[in-house]
Amino acid sequence: MAQIFPRWTNKIPLAIGVGTPIALCGVVFVVWYYFSPKFTDVGYQPEQPVPFSHKLHAGELGLDCRYCHNTVEVAAQAAIPPLGTCMNCHSQLNLGDREGRVQPVKDAFEGKSTLEWVRVHMLPDYAYFNHSVHVAAGVGCSTCHGRIDQMQVVAQAEPLSMSWCLDCHRNPEPNLRPRDQVTNMAWFETPASKEYNPAEDPTRTRAVSPPEHCSGCHR
Amino acid sequence: MAMVKDALDPVHGRAPLILGNPSYKDITEAVARPIELSNYRGWWVGFLVSASLLGVLLVSIGYLFWEGTGIWGVNNPVGWGWAIVNFVFWVGIGHAGTLISAVLFLFRQRWRTSINRFAEAMTIFAVICALIFPGIHVGRVWVVYYMFPVPNQMDMWPNFMSPLLWDVFAVSTYFTVSLLFWYVGLIPDFATMRDRSVSKVRKLVYAIFALGWRGSMRAWVNYERAYALLAAIATPLVLSVHSVVSFDFAVSFLPGWHTTIFPPYFVAGAIFSGFAMVLTLAIPARKIFKLEHIINEKHLENMAKVILLTGSLVGYAYAMEFFVAWYSGNPYEQFTFINRATGSFGWAYWIMVTCNVITPQFFWFKKLRRNVTVLFILSIFVNIGMWFERFVITMSLSADNLPSSWDYFKPTFWDISTLVGSFGLFFTLFFLFLRWIPMVAISEVKGVLPQANPHSHHGSVSGEDAYVDSAKEVLAHG
Repeated sequence: MAQIFPRWTNKIPLAIGVGTPIALCGVVFVVWYYFSPKFTDVGYQPEQPVPFSHKLHAGELGLDCRYCHNTVEVAAQAAIPPLGTCMNCHSQLNLGDREGRVQPVKDAFEGKSTLEWVRVHMLPDYAYFNHSVHVAAGVGCSTCHGRIDQMQVVAQAEPLSMSWCLDCHRNPEPNLRPRDQVTNMAWFETPASKEYNPAEDPTRTRAVSPPEHCSGCHR
Repeated sequence: MAMVKDALDPVHGRAPLILGNPSYKDITEAVARPIELSNYRGWWVGFLVSASLLGVLLVSIGYLFWEGTGIWGVNNPVGWGWAIVNFVFWVGIGHAGTLISAVLFLFRQRWRTSINRFAEAMTIFAVICALIFPGIHVGRVWVVYYMFPVPNQMDMWPNFMSPLLWDVFAVSTYFTVSLLFWYVGLIPDFATMRDRSVSKVRKLVYAIFALGWRGSMRAWVNYERAYALLAAIATPLVLSVHSVVSFDFAVSFLPGWHTTIFPPYFVAGAIFSGFAMVLTLAIPARKIFKLEHIINEKHLENMAKVILLTGSLVGYAYAMEFFVAWYSGNPYEQFTFINRATGSFGWAYWIMVTCNVITPQFFWFKKLRRNVTVLFILSIFVNIGMWFERFVITMSLSADNLPSSWDYFKPTFWDISTLVGSFGLFFTLFFLFLRWIPMVAISEVKGVLPQANPHSHHGSVSGEDAYVDSAKEVLAHG
């Protein structure tokens, strides 16, 4: 009987047998790695309407986070400050104005235009997040937002994925600090942070108990 | 040799498994010829009807994805509607294939060779139909991958304590093993089809599937070994798959569902419905393709006997459910069963009892077992009854523990179109199978011919007798 296929085709079934599991594992890996927020979202750094520098305001000038984001201790949202907050200083100082960089803020304050900030840290609508409970538990700003005080333009530092939330909810202690240090951007670089034990903190009246069940966040 | 009083009687006389004393070539011709004919008007009619029903299924699924599960009749409390009924129905039908191919193989039931290819194909197509329903019922179909344990950024895993997950594994394992088993058995027959092919494309396609089979002794030894191994792997699956399917119900705490009898009762029911479906398909097919000498009355009668046995087991289980409900003294359990027989779904219960308990009892009579028309009609009754069994069980939901939430379940147009469409998918696949793949295992049937027995020259006319004779000879002379 004449041969229908050349000899090398004998290897095809073997190649399929070996290749299919490898390809399947490859697909799972690609989804797991490249589709995760760690890959897609970390480093997101949109251009803002005003070249506002957190590095200057929070870092060099040392403004407390809560001066602008004043609702963070009492509300779910850490507010974007009203323009009046900017003008508290910028109506009296002429800083930064030589290049006209504050001009859009002033225009907006006078009602000539609006400022449309671009949101950097986005959670999906089906995930409930409350800033005040995290601040009250002693989770610092920098734990989720990174070293904002070193960012000229704010970028997303952490993935904000579900597994990233759960990592902390399942074992919160390493990320806790004294509650008066919440806005201290450099807390974890201080020697005191090495010795801090939340269980022995007298200002804490009860242990933190972050929810791990579905409806804790998906209400 | 015993005197032949009844040609089909296993004790007093045995007819050959294949009638008409055909040669090897006759068998090949009988099976392969219909596949090679180019114009088959009857086939086209059947195929096109099935394909249009398949279109109905695709439209129903498309609309379901667009609109959501609200298009079905599911309500509160009946959150599980026809989707699970159809799923269990199709998985159950898929059971006969493995039983015939694996269990009967291990028990050396040589009559299986005429119907095993057929039954295995039916198994695979039925499991495909079944797998559709868990896939489409999830509502948010784009997250259907949650059913599988795939590592992801959400740290989300399926609930390993849930029987619904066990089901995913049980059914997909079953599908894989059944497909492998079917394919391994097909290799020699694909080679036959390849060697008979006239057109070049046809030859090439069959050659790819034949994996270079040349029928050498070494290949046959490997083949037999692989086949026996796969049969051994598949045998526990016959019991496990439908046991796990029954856990979907039995592991929950609902009265009427939470019973230990469910796994064996479901397995018996599955084999019952599977054999009925084999009969429903085989009886017309053997007539249309003129294979009545290969799939003859003995095969049909044997299947009828299995239906009688498993049907009686199912009837026993129905009775035992009532007995246990009474004996347990649990008023909720008792209510559920009284409500099942006399409540708003009582009509479905009595359809089920009529079709599943009474129908198989006709097979006590030899005349009826050997009457092809009766077999065909009764097998359809069994199919209907087994669908209703799953419906009745699922409808326990309609009267739950809170009477204020009781509600009646009414199927919508889309419920019905999805069920009808799933038959379209099944028959589309089946018609493709009839047209492209030998519907009887050619090589295995040759093995039960008298000529295949080295002692056939002793003058015995029957393959089975020759087999028995040779066994006696071995026992006598060692």
